[in-house]
Amino acid sequence: MILETITSPFQVDEKGYYGQFGGAYIPELLYPNISELAENYLRYIQSPDFQEEFNNLLRDYVGRPTPLYFAWRLSEKYNTRVYLKREDLCHTGAHKINNTIGQILLAKRLGKRKIVAETGAGQHGVATATVCALMGLDCIVYMGAVDIERQAPNVARMRMLGAEVRAAMSGSRTLKDATNEAMRHWINNPTDTHYIIGSVVGPHPYPDMVARFQSVISAEIRKQLAEKTGSELPDYVLACVGGGSNAAGAFYHFMDEPSVKLIALEAAGKGVNSGHSAATTALGKPGILHGSKSLLMQTPDGQVIEPYSISAGLDYPGIGPLHAHLFTTGRAIFVPVTDEEAMEAGLLCSRLEGIIPAIETAHALAYLEKLNAAPNETVVICLSGRGDKDLQTYINWFGDRLKK
Amino acid sequence: MQNTQTVTHRLQLLFAAKRNILNIYFTAGFPQLQDTVRIIRALSAAGVDMIEIGMPFSDPLADGPTIQQSSQQALDNGMSLRLLFEQLKDIRQYTDVPLLLMGYLNPVIQFGVENFCYAAQQVGIDGLILPDLPMHEYLSEYKPVFERYGLFNIFLITPQTAEERIRRIDELSQESFIYMVSSASTTGAKQGFSDEQCRYFERIAAMQLKSPKLIGFGISDKATFEGACRYAEGAIIGSAFINLLSQSTDLETDIQQFVAALR
Repeated sequence: MILETITSPFQVDEKGYYGQFGGAYIPELLYPNISELAENYLRYIQSPDFQEEFNNLLRDYVGRPTPLYFAWRLSEKYNTRVYLKREDLCHTGAHKINNTIGQILLAKRLGKRKIVAETGAGQHGVATATVCALMGLDCIVYMGAVDIERQAPNVARMRMLGAEVRAAMSGSRTLKDATNEAMRHWINNPTDTHYIIGSVVGPHPYPDMVARFQSVISAEIRKQLAEKTGSELPDYVLACVGGGSNAAGAFYHFMDEPSVKLIALEAAGKGVNSGHSAATTALGKPGILHGSKSLLMQTPDGQVIEPYSISAGLDYPGIGPLHAHLFTTGRAIFVPVTDEEAMEAGLLCSRLEGIIPAIETAHALAYLEKLNAAPNETVVICLSGRGDKDLQTYINWFGDRLKK
Repeated sequence: MQNTQTVTHRLQLLFAAKRNILNIYFTAGFPQLQDTVRIIRALSAAGVDMIEIGMPFSDPLADGPTIQQSSQQALDNGMSLRLLFEQLKDIRQYTDVPLLLMGYLNPVIQFGVENFCYAAQQVGIDGLILPDLPMHEYLSEYKPVFERYGLFNIFLITPQTAEERIRRIDELSQESFIYMVSSASTTGAKQGFSDEQCRYFERIAAMQLKSPKLIGFGISDKATFEGACRYAEGAIIGSAFINLLSQSTDLETDIQQFVAALR
């Protein structure tokens, strides 16, 4: 039972807030859809038939549980005990499908025939296109024009799966703009369409809903860690944060375990103060974007700042309200990781463990350089996605270094 | 609120006196940074009944491409709330038409809600349209501040808004008006009204609401303006006017002709 309701200061309250963050700041045009979801999502996802269908699909279609792999060469290098939660082995290559399976089952119960989604790296777009193919629903995915360029393999996969990929041409033409366009599409098609948000962002109940669907990650980690080490609790859980869906899933069942240190790695881009960054907690202030109050990179006038990261999935000027709450309360620490640190970590993981990680994930791996965990401590890293989609970016970055 | 203020409120005077009310939206700081006051004066001289001044935002969720682009251009020109209030400092010397500010919540919050309301009152603003300020948050946090500064909050209804919610919005809008969104859509010019839209207009008209209604989104010309006026006290034109501004070489003349063509 991974969708049960837990009472905790880190769970959303009945008004849709995590502390001061969250809410549903949406135009009236979306009010009927959002209130329909808010009133019904728990009833649907906690019903036995939903849970059975969800769990069966996660097992037989996604391939869960994903392994918790003791990364012995990384452990040796950093002189600690590193476990990788292999979300890269999920069908479609990333954790994103945990959420899209849940949301497509919800969409069916809501009687929706069409799906719209946004995507940054394309992983969520592929995961959405996949479940739409599986369930026979129409699928439109908005993707920033810049991201269409840098994540071409995922664009091709979405098209192969029957989805229509539409380019978001406004703003920085990345994830933020794709999210704007997907929301506008939903405004224009409110009755027959469900919007599958890919991260723990957006108006309530999306952050809670997505976190619950992703919480399977930490539920499995606890069980698997107990089998491997005798304790359900690691000393550290590391995950990268753009909007923060894999981090929400990896942290979820540890948030109320004070001994477990939660570390979120955000994209510093070319450096936190370079003007080319997506390090939201370092650079952001409370603000409202995409329907919720959270931390947001913005000018003193409240205009949203165009973020930058080499990783399309982290190239977002905000974080989910749960993460803003974890940050503000000090429950999780947030650390910026530069493009360069992430790329080096991606190469290292490839060469030491034979696993090419997504560049997003590589941000989490990079923190091993600085963590200084003790030899007997346990570090779990959420290996949120595989790096096939990023090969061209890796090749361009490393150039001749890859020729030996 | 004091009695004298209530009685003399510009919005109430307007709705008591007129039908076929024409409300025009434009984006402050567009096409040129210093055009804001010039456009208000030209609209007022042309005889529009109400003006919505758009406060540009980087991510205008409820707006279609035309207003997105005008907002981005205005921001690129250097528009900000601080500058807008500076530009509007003497606006009441030039016009008596009700003036509304329309925009998104984040810039208002960063300005400070109380500071914003104070500044709006100082320059003579009558009401606010903040599409991403939900009713629940308005009632629990914003209403007392807005009222303290004599600002009406304008609510939107759409074809999907439930009757019970329309009744609640009606209760909250009697001293101002209800912004009736013509279809499930973002802003932008469209060609005429569908049968479905007309049925929606008729359904709302039959509810006998106590508040006046202005129909907006998709109103672009004389035909759609007159069509909307058959079901409501008036209508709002935005994107079509922005399109005019972006092509205009002589603002005063073009605005005069645009408004004249609608009547």
